[in-house]
Amino acid sequence: MARRRWEIMIEVLIEWMIRLCGVSAIIFVFGIFFFVFREGAGLFFSGRFNFTQFLTSIEWYPTSQSNVRYGALALIAGTFSVTAFAMVIAVPFGLGTAIFISEFCEGRLKETLKIVIEILAAIPSVVWGFVGLTVMNSLIIRLFDAAIGLTVLNGGILLALMSVPVIVSIGEDALKAVPDSYREAALALGATRWQMVHRVLVPAAKNGLLAAVLLGVGRAVGETMAVLMATGHSVRVPTSVLDPVRTLTATIAAELGEAPVGSDHYQVLFIIGIFLFTITFIVNLSADLIVRGIRGKA
Amino acid sequence: MQQMTKTSWILALCIVLIAGGCRRSKVTDAGIHGRTIVQNIGSDTMVNLAQAWAEEYARVEPSVSVEVSGGGSGTGVAALINGTADIANCSRRMAPDEMAKVKAASGLDPVLHIVGYDALAIFVHQANTLNEITIEQLAAVYGETGAARSWADLGVQVPGCRDNKMILVSRQSNSGTYYYFREAILGKGKDFKLGTLDLHGSKDVVELVSRTPCAIGYSGMGYATPHVKMLRVARKETEPATAPNIENTQKGVYPISRPLYMYTRGEPTATVKKYLEWINTEVGQQIILASGYVPRAKETTSSATVE
Repeated sequence: MARRRWEIMIEVLIEWMIRLCGVSAIIFVFGIFFFVFREGAGLFFSGRFNFTQFLTSIEWYPTSQSNVRYGALALIAGTFSVTAFAMVIAVPFGLGTAIFISEFCEGRLKETLKIVIEILAAIPSVVWGFVGLTVMNSLIIRLFDAAIGLTVLNGGILLALMSVPVIVSIGEDALKAVPDSYREAALALGATRWQMVHRVLVPAAKNGLLAAVLLGVGRAVGETMAVLMATGHSVRVPTSVLDPVRTLTATIAAELGEAPVGSDHYQVLFIIGIFLFTITFIVNLSADLIVRGIRGKA
Repeated sequence: MQQMTKTSWILALCIVLIAGGCRRSKVTDAGIHGRTIVQNIGSDTMVNLAQAWAEEYARVEPSVSVEVSGGGSGTGVAALINGTADIANCSRRMAPDEMAKVKAASGLDPVLHIVGYDALAIFVHQANTLNEITIEQLAAVYGETGAARSWADLGVQVPGCRDNKMILVSRQSNSGTYYYFREAILGKGKDFKLGTLDLHGSKDVVELVSRTPCAIGYSGMGYATPHVKMLRVARKETEPATAPNIENTQKGVYPISRPLYMYTRGEPTATVKKYLEWINTEVGQQIILASGYVPRAKETTSSATVE
């Protein structure tokens, strides 16, 4: 009898632990949002903070002794330009590789490719940054006759290499989830393999592929170390891919460590954090709505 | 029942571990093998030097372990304020508000010890034909309102550099080197030009300049490599330019040099005091030379300077 009671209690305990694990994601997300918001809100609502300047000025002088200015336009432009450039490379490559692995190759080649791509994902971002700072810098100067090799191009290529594994593995899962009956039906109707892929599989796996791309975007927006080292960390609005830039994330990473806790500079860095949070929130929400929209029609 | 005991044991172990992790490590506590630990935190400019000192001192005085970490002068000062550092390495003087914070946190005034000198060298690519630069020219190159944008403004044509465009290499906006260069070159209250490449380490600046024909950068003399060129610097156009070397720094003729400081909370404890005294001995000053910095001039090596 006693044993019974113990078993029931352990059962309940484990059930609660699993439930806790389940809701912990929600707790963490809200916890982080609350923390970031609390740290930044003080200045944001103090009246001293000029939000228009924040969004429209490129003058970022957080430690100036005479005239402190917090204009983040160049940083925003930096994040968008590097991410957009990375996606131009990573989306076709990532989805192409996912389709190849899932539909066009078999056996040993498939296994090798998957392992190699996993290794690509396992390379620490600081190593990517180091490659960008040393190898790619010289290479870009020589190949493009550029003044400097730490550019949108450099950072974009690195970010593309870092987001391709994400896109490939999730994209491949999405394609794998399409039932084989679809493939068989398409081939039975006389479709070629390519027709099968772009008329049947891609539309069927659309949601999963979109999720893959968006997670790739998330990886690129959030990446810090590699872009800090490879983009030159230079405050300016880029006019070509051969211009250096500075991203929002790199700015936080470079400056938060030495900004005194509670100072205006510290709080502005948290406002940048809120801004980044809002961007990713909007991206995820709109993706969710798109996916629901597609589902609703089908 | 047995299962339950096991679970509770694991739980107890977890609690012990967490509690152990939370206990703030007391700084000059006796270490694992009865060694006294001295926490030495601060300037990235000084981190290699401090590490070299600490390693040599471990041989001289095995009962003391000096633990060095970088992060910047600001990080060192913050650590001194919250009590996690015994010695803060600073490549600049502490700001009045920082000193007030140390006083507020510990009731003791921070005490300054000069341990050597650092000269900031101006680096350009080896192919660059420029040999000298004046402080005014540097201000025109780096200053927010400065007019120089191209190497032609300094009268040179740099081989291998497209459009002769000048690439300005700087440091992140809160490094001690950045502060020092801003004050020494641009003047009080002035700011840098937008669009400088703000690198995160002294070494990175030299590394990047050595690979970029268009670049100009500043960093500690100690970070020079055979792959870059250092410019001679003149205070004014009418004065002669001097090379960034030890002799010129000690004599005070090289225009961009500064003392390196170690701060303690109040007068140093016996262990720390002994360490600071050892730094000023022949052996300690040899290490500063070997690290590429400039030792204190001979006549003042008697003991740590206290202000």
